[in-house]
Amino acid sequence: MKKSKPRYRAGSIADGQKFMAIPLLLWSIMFILLPLAVVLYNAFLDPSGGFSLDAFRKVFSSDGIYLHLLLSSLWLAVESTLICLLLGYPLAYILSRHASASVMILVFILPMWMNFLLRTYSWLAILGKNGILNSLFSLIGLPGINILNTRPAVVLGMIYNFLPFMVLPIYNSLNKIDPSLIEASGDLGASEGKTFLKVVLPLSIPGVYSGISMVFLPAVTTFVIPSLLGGGKVDMIGNIIESQFLKTNNWAFGSALSLILMVLIFAFMKATSKYNTEENERGGLI
Amino acid sequence: MSQDNQDNLLIQLQDVCKIFEEEDGTQNQVLSHIQLDVRKNTFVTLLGPSGCGKTTMLRIIGGFETPTSGKVLFEGNDLAGTPPYKRPLNTVFQRYALFPHLNVAENIAFGLKIRKLPKAEIQEKVKRALHLVNMDGYDRRRISQLSGGQQQRVAIARAIVNEPKLLLLDEPLGALDLKLRQEMQLELKRMQKRLGITFIYVTHDQEEALTMSDMIVVMNDGVIQQIGTPEDIYNEPVNAFVADFIGESNIINTAVMNRDKLVTFLGRTWECADVGFGENAPVDVIIRPEDVILDQPREDKLCGEVTAIIFKGVHYEMQVSAGGFNWLVHSTSMWEPGTPVSLDVIPFNIQVMAKSPYSDLQFRRREEDEYEEV
Repeated sequence: MKKSKPRYRAGSIADGQKFMAIPLLLWSIMFILLPLAVVLYNAFLDPSGGFSLDAFRKVFSSDGIYLHLLLSSLWLAVESTLICLLLGYPLAYILSRHASASVMILVFILPMWMNFLLRTYSWLAILGKNGILNSLFSLIGLPGINILNTRPAVVLGMIYNFLPFMVLPIYNSLNKIDPSLIEASGDLGASEGKTFLKVVLPLSIPGVYSGISMVFLPAVTTFVIPSLLGGGKVDMIGNIIESQFLKTNNWAFGSALSLILMVLIFAFMKATSKYNTEENERGGLI
Repeated sequence: MSQDNQDNLLIQLQDVCKIFEEEDGTQNQVLSHIQLDVRKNTFVTLLGPSGCGKTTMLRIIGGFETPTSGKVLFEGNDLAGTPPYKRPLNTVFQRYALFPHLNVAENIAFGLKIRKLPKAEIQEKVKRALHLVNMDGYDRRRISQLSGGQQQRVAIARAIVNEPKLLLLDEPLGALDLKLRQEMQLELKRMQKRLGITFIYVTHDQEEALTMSDMIVVMNDGVIQQIGTPEDIYNEPVNAFVADFIGESNIINTAVMNRDKLVTFLGRTWECADVGFGENAPVDVIIRPEDVILDQPREDKLCGEVTAIIFKGVHYEMQVSAGGFNWLVHSTSMWEPGTPVSLDVIPFNIQVMAKSPYSDLQFRRREEDEYEEV
């Protein structure tokens, strides 16, 4: 008994700390585990309340409409993520090399203080047939463009909304690179270009992976952007799921689609998790 | 300067000044009119307290800072406008700056790969460099798996594998514990001799400087105070700053040089070996603690009383109050506190220095120490 005394003491401190985790635990159960269980339950429910795989059958049959939709949603998200990366990396790089970056970042994330819906709505005014963009074009004698309610408009909306989520983690990981590493690289004979390729880029990869998941996840599940800027003509899987619950009232089918999407996202996360674990030390946004 | 001498010079700093513009617009002169010639195959140490400009000087040579005015010559060629990656030198950085995404061998091979050497040659050189720093078999280790001392060795290997003509080292041993530091000091010195590379080594540790250097450059307030061999610097400091910074010392700032080889301080006239200060010139006198000879009180000597004693292992460190001055004395024989004693110094060990802005540096510090003790 005597021997275990110190251990008991150490344990009691840990026990005290454990109490502090209870709100989080309750929260997780209420808002993560419980809804997941409901989705899982609903997905295997037939209209009479019995067990059924009909919902899943519908996903994989139906002439492959839904599978196709799932894939095209994934592709749209991949496309948006890639463009965000191509735009976001140079931007983050420029920001990281400026002493006054904090002001520039503030300017950059300022739109995020505004409501997401409002921001997306504003693109309607910009891209519309008689919108700001076309008025500008006609002013300087250019032919008007009509991309509203098309795929490019949806991609544009996603890039606009999600770009900061790409830039910030990359900026963070670039910012954490010890300047003496860059000096060391130069000292060892590497030009600025070589230093970028051999030192800066590899060290910012955790931020890149973090940014990719921060953009890809909301992009693949969004339904607001395609329904606003796609005008119902560019359907993503998120829209279909939404309509199953709010319009068609087919909860089983909506739940089944959600589950499949979740499995796909989980697979994606698994693929990038190797880097996400290292990223805790550097580069993470949160 | 003769042609022969010129050929022997590796790097020269000519009237180099560096002024940093502070954020509030004030100008901060970090280096003023630095004049330095470094011969080939020497171990040069830039020594001084933090903020004395030694690191800035190293960074100017490395190309990471540009001098506000003045020239840096490498084998006679002006280095102005040459970016770091084109300079024929390598640097061991203060906190090593090893690439965390590469393993030990990849770190060392970095410079060789940039130079596009054949793969087999790179492997061979990396192996030899690892052997040189006693790190055989560590090639596949990650940097995060290494101790501070090991990282330090890798940083040195990464620099010397490129066989530069000049190696810059910025306090490379600062983060190591005493024992390891002393080992590395000797190792670095051996390495420098074996490789025939010129080392410019920055440190604030005077013992380190004395141990390793062929030439020491003592700096303070952005100004070179003295350049010389370790013996010169220790035995013949040019001013009170150098005397106070290197080793322990008694600096008497109220001395007057009567004439050549005769100096008066603490109410007595002493024979000394120094000449050329003129007649009745105020000077500073420095006497090393180990040069003070204690004896029984005698009429014809400076007499005083031992006030404190500490056993230091090799010797006793005593404080002796005599002639209104608090002497620091090192001796192998012990004198109890309260014992009346006489003090003597042979003429050769009385070092006379010209007055400088640092004349009362030690006096002021001792006053402060006493104040703190009270």
